[in-house]
Amino acid sequence: MNYDLQSSNFRASNVPNSTSPESGLKRFGDKRISDLLVESRQANVNRQRIQEFIIEKLLFAGGMAAILFIALIFIFLFKEGVKAFFLIKPIEFIGTHILDFDDNRVFACMWQPVGESGKYSIVPLLIGSFLVALPATVISTILGVGCGIYLAEIASAKVREIVKPAIELLAGIPTVVIGFLCLTLLATYVQNAFHTTFRLNAFVGALGVSLVIIPVIASITDDALRAVPNELREASYGLGATKWETIWKVVVPAGISGVTASIILGMGRALGETMIVVMATGNAALVTGNVFSSVRTMTATIAAELGAVPQGGPQYCALFLVGSLLFFITFVLNLVAELIISRMRKKLRL
Amino acid sequence: MKVEHGIKGQQKTKITLDGLSFYYGKYKAIDNVSMEFFECMVTAIIGPSGCGKSTLIKSINRISEITNDVQVEGKVLLDNKNVYDRDVDLVDLRRRVGMVFQRPNPFPKSIYDNVAFGPRLYGVNNKKRLDEIVEYSLVKSALWNEVKDRLNQSAIGLSGGQQQRLCIARALAVDPEVLLMDEPCSALDPTATARIEELIEDLKKYYTIAIVTHNMQQAARISDYTGFLLNGQLIEYNITTAIFTNPDKKVTEDYITGRFG
Ligand SMILES: Nc1ncnc2c1ncn2[C@@H]1O[C@H](COP(=O)(O)OP(=O)(O)OP(=O)(O)O)[C@@H](O)[C@H]1O
Ligand SMILES: [Mg+2]
Repeated sequence: MNYDLQSSNFRASNVPNSTSPESGLKRFGDKRISDLLVESRQANVNRQRIQEFIIEKLLFAGGMAAILFIALIFIFLFKEGVKAFFLIKPIEFIGTHILDFDDNRVFACMWQPVGESGKYSIVPLLIGSFLVALPATVISTILGVGCGIYLAEIASAKVREIVKPAIELLAGIPTVVIGFLCLTLLATYVQNAFHTTFRLNAFVGALGVSLVIIPVIASITDDALRAVPNELREASYGLGATKWETIWKVVVPAGISGVTASIILGMGRALGETMIVVMATGNAALVTGNVFSSVRTMTATIAAELGAVPQGGPQYCALFLVGSLLFFITFVLNLVAELIISRMRKKLRL
Repeated sequence: MKVEHGIKGQQKTKITLDGLSFYYGKYKAIDNVSMEFFECMVTAIIGPSGCGKSTLIKSINRISEITNDVQVEGKVLLDNKNVYDRDVDLVDLRRRVGMVFQRPNPFPKSIYDNVAFGPRLYGVNNKKRLDEIVEYSLVKSALWNEVKDRLNQSAIGLSGGQQQRLCIARALAVDPEVLLMDEPCSALDPTATARIEELIEDLKKYYTIAIVTHNMQQAARISDYTGFLLNGQLIEYNITTAIFTNPDKKVTEDYITGRFG
């Protein structure tokens, strides 16, 4: 584009007469307000700079410290855990050849960390952990997500005010109390209902662990759904959707990442839960696919054994290896949940 | 308020508000309003902020009562049937009375799924039929050419003006008879606004349109009838040219000339 500035008479006729900007403004003595502001800022500016510098560094140090602690825990765990590879043949973490009753050599996955020929297969522990965590996740997904949807979309403000704190209170019950309940009451009910061989089993543990993670899932689901803008609900109703259609087709899909993240975080907690499973699962390190069988989880193993073994021995290091593995699994789960949540933020432009 | 039918001769009345009062709890947001909306006409509702414009048009498709504690006196007749009667099917009412909101509010789904949302609610699952409805609605809302190659991309990636036209397409996809538009251009730039205005001009051939606007020029440009609302009361209602050239009331004149206050 070409503008012919010479022939433009823009300047000549269109500029409004300029008036002095000072007239009519409030003054303090001979100073305008802006003069005062500039002056007082000048006086403050150095102090402010130092303050801001210090605060910034403190915050940075705090953040770094948190990361450092995590890194230190990580390093400590792995340092001890890696030693296990020098004391025990790596294949033994999966299984060892043993002689069965008919004197045949068979490959068996056993956790029997005693004596000279201790067996250190992590397989039964992994199985135990997941045999508790997976059913617990399923149960608490159904109940927790349902509860979150109820809180966010259906409950009146009054009901919400009572139910939400109540649910969060549930999360505050000491796990040993829940374990106690499982051990004494729940186990009996489960045995009567399913006629199980083992009174204490993975399923009882899963029920107990569910009590802890239902509040986590419900609370995060509630937050995720309430973050869905009301405009979307209005749009849905405006098209003739009913309340249920709006919940299932608009609100839940819009908040699905948050819901998913809550489930993953819940599963992380289920894997890490210790006291309840120590008390409720029977602690037998079996290789099984049956949820009504006794199991021994990674956490229960560490809790029960670490205090009683000599430092630096093979069992000690093997337990650290189990700990490292647990740390790694939950770390990955949390990371995935974090990614999913940030994706949701972008999707909804929150 | 009776209006002389000065534009096209005989118009058909689509909606009649008859002595309508609307309360949020105890607060009276609409005070005894009576007016008519005509078929194939654009009716603009103007008035200062908080005077009840949104409340007025939302009373027609009964959308406020979902999230608020509301109370209604008087009647809203849609084709001579009071929408506040007990036997009214709300789903059908909201299908017949589509709504476009102030801020574009597409669902965080694909463009296609946004438009197909309404028809699917009513059980249309035939892919071919849905395709046709989606295309038809997007063509009608003047968005088809811009999005036809990316129907499966997220609607959130569209510009504000495109999102608003998508919301119009979404509303059109259930074949409504009335379109309520609550300041549909207030979040848009002038170019996008102009496109929506053109669109309204075209859509009024098929629908009864009620539009809330803060923009006097917009009301004058696109509407056939204009109602001026103040403190929940309908101060003046007439054909748009009359309101803007020769208002009956002093307050109306003050408001449209910007001397209000
Ligand atoms: N949900 C609600 N609960 C209580 N009062 C409300 C509610 N919504 C609106 N009001 C009140 O009703 C009156 C009319 O509101 P309304 O939203 O209809 O105004 P409006 O003319 O659309 O304003 P604007 O131009 O700012 O959109 C206002 O005084 C408002 O405070
Ligand atoms: Mg409004």
